Amino acid sequence: MSGQTRLTVIVTEVVAVNSLIKRFRFVREDGGLMPGFSGGAHTVVEMDDNGTRRLNAYSLMSDPADTSGYEISVRRDDTGRGGSLFMHNGVKPGMKMVISQPVNLFGLDLRAKKHLMIAGGIGITPFIAQMAQLDSLGHRFELHYAMRDRELGAYMKELSARHGERVHAYYDLEKQAIDLANLLKIQPLGTHLYVCGPKGMINWVLSTAKAMGWPKGALHSEEFLAPPVGEAFKVELSRSKITVEVGPTQSMLEALEAAGVDAPYLCRGGACGQCECRVTASDGEILHYDHWLSDEQKAAKTHIMPCVSRFKGERLVIEL
Amino acid sequence: MSLDDAFKDPFFRDESFFGDFSYKNSPHAVNRFPFPFPEDDYMYSVNMEPHVKGRPGSIFEHYFDVDEHYVSEMRDRARVLEQDPLRCQSLPHMTLAGWDLLELIMEKFAEEYPQWFALTKDSNRWHWINRPLGIDQKFTFLDESTLPMGPFEYITRQAQGDFTLQDQREDNLWIEAGMVTSQADWSLDFDIGMNFHEWHAPVPLAHQMGIFDRALKFLLALQHGAPVRRFNWTMTVDPLLDTSPENYHKWGPTKTTLTPENIGKRQHLRVELQTLIRLPRSNAICFPIRCYLISMDDLVTRPKWARRFHRVIKTVPDELATYKGFIRNKPMILDYLSKFDDGAPTSPGWWPED
Ligand code: HEM
Ligand code: FES
Repeated sequence: MSGQTRLTVIVTEVVAVNSLIKRFRFVREDGGLMPGFSGGAHTVVEMDDNGTRRLNAYSLMSDPADTSGYEISVRRDDTGRGGSLFMHNGVKPGMKMVISQPVNLFGLDLRAKKHLMIAGGIGITPFIAQMAQLDSLGHRFELHYAMRDRELGAYMKELSARHGERVHAYYDLEKQAIDLANLLKIQPLGTHLYVCGPKGMINWVLSTAKAMGWPKGALHSEEFLAPPVGEAFKVELSRSKITVEVGPTQSMLEALEAAGVDAPYLCRGGACGQCECRVTASDGEILHYDHWLSDEQKAAKTHIMPCVSRFKGERLVIEL
Repeated sequence: MSLDDAFKDPFFRDESFFGDFSYKNSPHAVNRFPFPFPEDDYMYSVNMEPHVKGRPGSIFEHYFDVDEHYVSEMRDRARVLEQDPLRCQSLPHMTLAGWDLLELIMEKFAEEYPQWFALTKDSNRWHWINRPLGIDQKFTFLDESTLPMGPFEYITRQAQGDFTLQDQREDNLWIEAGMVTSQADWSLDFDIGMNFHEWHAPVPLAHQMGIFDRALKFLLALQHGAPVRRFNWTMTVDPLLDTSPENYHKWGPTKTTLTPENIGKRQHLRVELQTLIRLPRSNAICFPIRCYLISMDDLVTRPKWARRFHRVIKTVPDELATYKGFIRNKPMILDYLSKFDDGAPTSPGWWPED
């Protein structure tokens, strides 16, 4: 994509928030101001991990009104492909990095009479920015934040200090759980529901709300899916007439980019639909990991989302 | 706002877009006119390109083009709004997007036209000066009570072209704010609250061609920092900016008063430069629709444009000519233009000289 969609930044702070989460602050290399952004937006961070180019999306968690810099939080995933490990071990203050302009796939609906937010674990980050924005706009909101224990409950203290009674914490290890059915029952008309966290939590919240008759347009969710690891495979591109090898800890999208193919993307997490490719031949099994394609499309093997999905078999040909 | 001193700068023409229609393009304005046809024929397409700076002197030189018609166009907007305040509407949740747009216009105007506009900021306390319109305003950014009207109306009374703001949700765009006083026969009051496919419903052929599906998919992914632009065009009798459905009874019948003698002076090509911009705080998409008018007499002074325009009108599908509202006068327009088409080949692209 053209124009200035990327920003060259300097890492100014790396803070170990707890044993699993680090927070990073970026400011512009040229000393200018960052663009304002909308709560819920993410940025795509480009990493050079020992010669492998990785691009991971992270929610912006700083106050959208603060254009002096952006902050993200990264949870270390010891079994993942290495993106979060690189952020944890390789990124130091003073380092130069390239990040994308903000992209929002989890926007606030400002028509809402009230914003009800449900966060699980690291899924708290987009809400931190959203609450700051709603607070300054004078909108009504309420957060319910579930996490494993007090140690991992990153940011709860700061949020309570800032938003008081409007934030509620639940610690799994202390056997606390969100009383979802009751919570959804008592909301005023015109409330919008937002959920961000692990897949199980998102499914639970959305299906409960649907069953209770919440309108589809009032439900918003974002799941950050890290591209899964898997076996290496090959993919043939029918238009560019090349074959690309996808490594075990690489996503297909990353492999395409490394081969010089300008493939479209936005979320890099199987949610936005931008990277969708038509499959023209598939002799094997497509491992669909996205939440974009319908179950019918997945079963028909007609499309694939290269940002997260993989392949196992003899031959895969896509239109690109 | 006071327009008493507005025409002290001789750059700005004092002219009207109704009544005696004293609107005219200077030779410079004719030369930089955005002739929208890169080829000898025309059909709908997903014609979008990056909105980047173009040739000096052209309408692409700046992010927003402020030209010799600026002050008179703003006066015309004020006149239309006085008669019909519903031409400017902004649903309550679009106020933040209005601030985004106010910031964008003030920053770009001040940066690109320092001789006319100035913006100084002391954190959220801003000071805006618009010399051509005689405005000197101190206000607090994001605090509506410090402006004489909402931020969207305030700033679009000071910027040429119509503006709409689209909220993005449920994988669609919703037109939920607009300043629409120089439109090619569509109504904000009718369209407000509609989604992308709904407000485009009256357009012929394009839906079946898949143009709106592809355009919407592209726009949903439009990124901050990477605006795009496209052209649209139609034909208008007399240099009337306000060709609205609301006032159709006033301007529609003028189509029947064209004659071979007056057509060169009265028939205008109307070109819209449309930009699509992702706004930062609201995540809304802003759609400025900037209207340029040129009489056929002025247009044919550039031989390449004259030849090409003749060929475009000759081959344009009847569905489009009907939708654009000039099917009735098409034979007379072709008669007029044919005199300037010797059949010589035209060079690619729209610039008059190359
Ligand atoms: C989000 C921004 C946009 C807005 C608010 C908008 C609005 C409109 C409106 C109000 C009309 C008139 C419909 C009527 O007759 O009532 C129109 C026409 C049209 N639009 Fe859009 N539009 C947008 C973006 C686009 C894009 C990106 C395309 C790209 C293909 C497009 C293609 C067209 C075409 C081909 C017509 C018919 C114009 C003619 O023949 O005169 N629009 N649009
Ligand atoms: S990039 Fe968003 S679904 Fe693949």
